[in-house]
Amino acid sequence: MTVPMPASGGAGRPRWLFVPAVLAVLFLAVPLLGIVARVPWADVPALLTTRSSLDALGLSLLTCLVATAISLALGLPLALVLARADGRLAGLVRTLVTIPMVLPPVVAGLALLITFGRRGVLGAPLAVLGIEVGFSTVAVVMAQVFVAMPFLVTAVEGALRATGTGVEGAAATLGASPTYTLRRVTLPLLAPSIAAGGALTFARALGEFGATITFAGSLQGVTRTLPLEIYLLRELDTDAALALALVLIVVAGLTVAATGWLSRRTVRRSAP
Amino acid sequence: MNASRLPAGGTALALTLVLALAGCAGAPASDRTVTVFAASSLTGVFADIAELDPTLDVRFTFDGSSTLVDQLAGGAPADVLATADEATMARATQASLVEPEPTVFATNAGVLIVPAGNPAGVTGLDASLDGTKLVVCAPTVPCGATARALADAAGVALAPVSEEQKVTDVRGKVASGEADAGIVFATDATAAGDAVETIVLDPDGRFATRYPVAVVAGSANAETAHAFIDLVTSDAGRVVLAEHGFGTP
Repeated sequence: MTVPMPASGGAGRPRWLFVPAVLAVLFLAVPLLGIVARVPWADVPALLTTRSSLDALGLSLLTCLVATAISLALGLPLALVLARADGRLAGLVRTLVTIPMVLPPVVAGLALLITFGRRGVLGAPLAVLGIEVGFSTVAVVMAQVFVAMPFLVTAVEGALRATGTGVEGAAATLGASPTYTLRRVTLPLLAPSIAAGGALTFARALGEFGATITFAGSLQGVTRTLPLEIYLLRELDTDAALALALVLIVVAGLTVAATGWLSRRTVRRSAP
Repeated sequence: MNASRLPAGGTALALTLVLALAGCAGAPASDRTVTVFAASSLTGVFADIAELDPTLDVRFTFDGSSTLVDQLAGGAPADVLATADEATMARATQASLVEPEPTVFATNAGVLIVPAGNPAGVTGLDASLDGTKLVVCAPTVPCGATARALADAAGVALAPVSEEQKVTDVRGKVASGEADAGIVFATDATAAGDAVETIVLDPDGRFATRYPVAVVAGSANAETAHAFIDLVTSDAGRVVLAEHGFGTP
């Protein structure tokens, strides 16, 4: 994730690059600043401490942490396997895993509903056993994992391919078992990309909206996450919606900033 | 002989064409144009009603009632305004955007819908709902307010598994069988067709939302606008409204 930058900025780069670069920054930053400017600051504490806001915030943090943990537990092994696999099957798996990243969220929700819904392919047999995930917090986490785990897989696999197999090969030559090599060589080397991928996964899960509303529904404290609460308040109480939007932006910003800091620190420490 | 006849025939033809064109230009077509701003829930029914009178050239804009009033306030050119509730129309009346005293032409009552076959055996707003998956609209949305009023009247506390932002999301979750029951408007139940069964909750329409229609103030086509409203409130218009699930006052 972190690309080494030349020490002196601008060296070897044409000056005109700055024009589109500044335009890009403005286009991305101005709408965010627009929200900050419109937030009714004096009322923010009151708006954020309503029962429904606190419920939405707590639910979002809980579900996103669980979704990130599941993505790490399943996505990390997948990335490790994929990075060392070539051939048609690996290519197919790679494509399949990437699709949810580019899918419109509503389609993701429909796909989950058709699969895990009460009358779904897997949902119907589960319902017979008395297990129904629809309208539950579990459904929220499933929607988040579905759309967010691909970010982790892609980030970690990309980093693995970039580092190559040299160090791992050396460890194996010296007699280290595959599991020992994974634990003591591969994972420490990958730590920055895992942190970055994890943060990206968390941030994506935090913003998940379409699949949640399609698959999990919307009930305070159970399935109504922060984005759903903002959607509900949007037409009715713009001030409250803006205050919650601010929270979402701040949390997302902190997550991304923390990743950057973490990965820089790790890189410095592991540097020779 | 032949030489003289041809021009004569040609002149006759030309004359016919000119008359026809004049007929088109001066005919009711341009006079009978009317622009109607109507609530989204009227999309299907108003298109059908407009077809009842082919001499009317109706141009529709369908959107949320509030949005339409905002557009009128902003100077959007329209001749008729039909909203999904009286409060929004009152906003237009108070701002003198429409002529006073709108006509209520339709009502839309809350109903309980269940998936085809009623797998959970729901019978109404009663104990049969216990332990089932009920989906309603959020209380801040019109269909949610109606659901709450109906529950209060029935003396039951609803325990929904989801409070949706849109009535169509409630309908979708019931039609797909994901939920056991849902409270929607009668027109939504009609639109869902055979996928759902309807249980009437409010036969007298006591808690139904009422749809008013009015001529836009300063309309250039006021006469045609009144003709369109007459069509909506005519017997034929009421039949079409009923086909779409609306009640008529």
